[in-house]
Amino acid sequence: MKDYDDKEILKLELKAVQIRKHIIEMLYRAKSGHPGGSLSAVDALVALYFVHMKHNPKKPDDPDRDRFILSKGHAAPALYAVLAESRYFNLNELESLREEGCMLQGHPACTEVPGVEASTGSLGHGLSFANGVALAGKLDKKNYQVYVMLGDGETDEGQVWEAVAVANHYKLDNITALIDRNYLQIDGNTEEVLKLESVRDRWSSFGWNVIEIDGHDIKKILKALDEAKAHKRQPTVIILYTTKGKGVSFMENNVDFHGVPPNEMERNIAIKELNLAEKKLETAQ
Amino acid sequence: MSKKEMLNPRKAYGEALIELGRKYKNLVVLDADLSKSTKTIMFAKKYPERFFEMGIAEANMMSCAAGFASCGKIPFASTFAVFATGRVYDQVRMDIAYSNANVKIFATHGGISVGKDGVSHQMLEDFALMRVLPNMTVMAPSDATQTKKIVHLMAEEYGPMYARVGRANAPLIYSNKDVEDLKIGKGLIVEDGSDITFITTGTMVEPALEAHKNLKNQGISAKVIDMHTIKPLDVQLILKSAKDTNAIITAEEHSIIGGLGAAVAETLMDNNICIKFFRMGIKDIFCESGSPADLLKKYELNEKYMVKKAQNLLKK
Ligand SMILES: Cc1ncc(C[n+]2csc(CCOP(=O)(O)OP(=O)(O)O)c2C)c(N)n1
Ligand SMILES: [Mg+2]
Repeated sequence: MKDYDDKEILKLELKAVQIRKHIIEMLYRAKSGHPGGSLSAVDALVALYFVHMKHNPKKPDDPDRDRFILSKGHAAPALYAVLAESRYFNLNELESLREEGCMLQGHPACTEVPGVEASTGSLGHGLSFANGVALAGKLDKKNYQVYVMLGDGETDEGQVWEAVAVANHYKLDNITALIDRNYLQIDGNTEEVLKLESVRDRWSSFGWNVIEIDGHDIKKILKALDEAKAHKRQPTVIILYTTKGKGVSFMENNVDFHGVPPNEMERNIAIKELNLAEKKLETAQ
Repeated sequence: MSKKEMLNPRKAYGEALIELGRKYKNLVVLDADLSKSTKTIMFAKKYPERFFEMGIAEANMMSCAAGFASCGKIPFASTFAVFATGRVYDQVRMDIAYSNANVKIFATHGGISVGKDGVSHQMLEDFALMRVLPNMTVMAPSDATQTKKIVHLMAEEYGPMYARVGRANAPLIYSNKDVEDLKIGKGLIVEDGSDITFITTGTMVEPALEAHKNLKNQGISAKVIDMHTIKPLDVQLILKSAKDTNAIITAEEHSIIGGLGAAVAETLMDNNICIKFFRMGIKDIFCESGSPADLLKKYELNEKYMVKKAQNLLKK
């Protein structure tokens, strides 16, 4: 299996910090949106878009592209920042997130934003959509892979389990589901709201190949993605153990920052912390 | 601009639930991971044993509420209006409406004034979806006082019921005394007038009251009706207004298809009434993200447009 050069990983870690800075600025300007779940999803998105996935920002409709579907649509700022950094559209679009008449909708809209595969924001739909894309790929003898990211709380939805069954039934080995396992939803801890454990046993008893890793370790994420792609005759789920609000001290594991944007002071502190992290990585380079 | 006190109808819902929880020991509350937003958390803190967190699983919540109702409980099920209607339609149709179950669906965050979350969270079809279901009562209270009263009536009267409020604070229109005699299915004349009638519901009542003042200065006398109940509709009040004034404008934070405006139009046609008529609402399109004020302006749902439409309609 392919190994990854530490220098390359450092670069990606830097990228992740920059994405986090975009997220904070976007949400601060928009005065609304979801910091916690956006920040926890960043490292997986960086691994997917800047290394693992086969995609071409100049040809967002390429029929052979790998697909990424953000089922937890409220993490749109993370997706938009990654798409902008990949040059699907201009970086300055990020400045008008959630504004009337602007491209970047509060939740992903596939009719509005190049690179957005599915319109999400109502939780629970993404894996079903991904199944359709994966089945079409098999039918057309295409080689593309389908990636879909779900929130852990999102897997409360019954529809997710209908989709889990379908992917198993059709042996959709071209699907990789990623669960952002940050243990928080809105009303509190996932285990107190509606018990999810054992997440591993649930998915594996539905016939899925299960990989569990630290969802902020980019090297491990890349290796897991390679492993998932190589795994045949079964869909794979990667359980990403993450921290909601990752990278900003006072947002980490803080359920209050699920859907509340930073105010000016909070934004300043967050940017300061992220700048510090950036410096550290730069000197390590 | 109105200088009325601003109160949150969602909070009024939470307060009403606590009052009702004391009165009805068989009242239970269900929520789908949004208790802080719908304010059912207020009930959850007071009566934890009668509060049921259902997780992000709305369809399951609705059928479960119907099960509670079949055992003589009075279940209130709450989530955002999108998830309380569209996400769960078959469950509501079979287990609640068809079964004539005593389930109370109280939805928050209705309409475009939800704002920046965008289309996925802006419910503009719920009146239509709920109105076509037999047995279902459909309501949209306009301020905190009325919300509280309507929640009380929902618990007191039997039957499947749906009520929605918006996300934002709303100017206080009514005192407790004003709503004492409020009845489900009976609209209110908030301002009387002889030239034109605004038939409004929910968040559109207040802008119509502002429009009323503005039009008065121009010598136009506008009647303002608060049609808090969209079904069963107050047909007599509509017919009387059609007789007493020369034009009717309906206004709602909803698609012009299938909601209050459509229901009023059906009523007029069914009674062979031809009158100058305009429906204010969203015109068969999905909207977008934006601040509530920006969106209400862009989609022509504020008092300025009410004044303009009234002037135009009367000129014709
Ligand atoms: C069908 C549906 N129900 C409710 C919501 C409101 N909502 C938005 S985010 C969220 C919590 C999501 O928690 P989780 O999936 O764990 O996401 P994360 O922790 O990654 O933010 C809820 C309930 C929604 N968007 N869609
Ligand atoms: Mg979570």
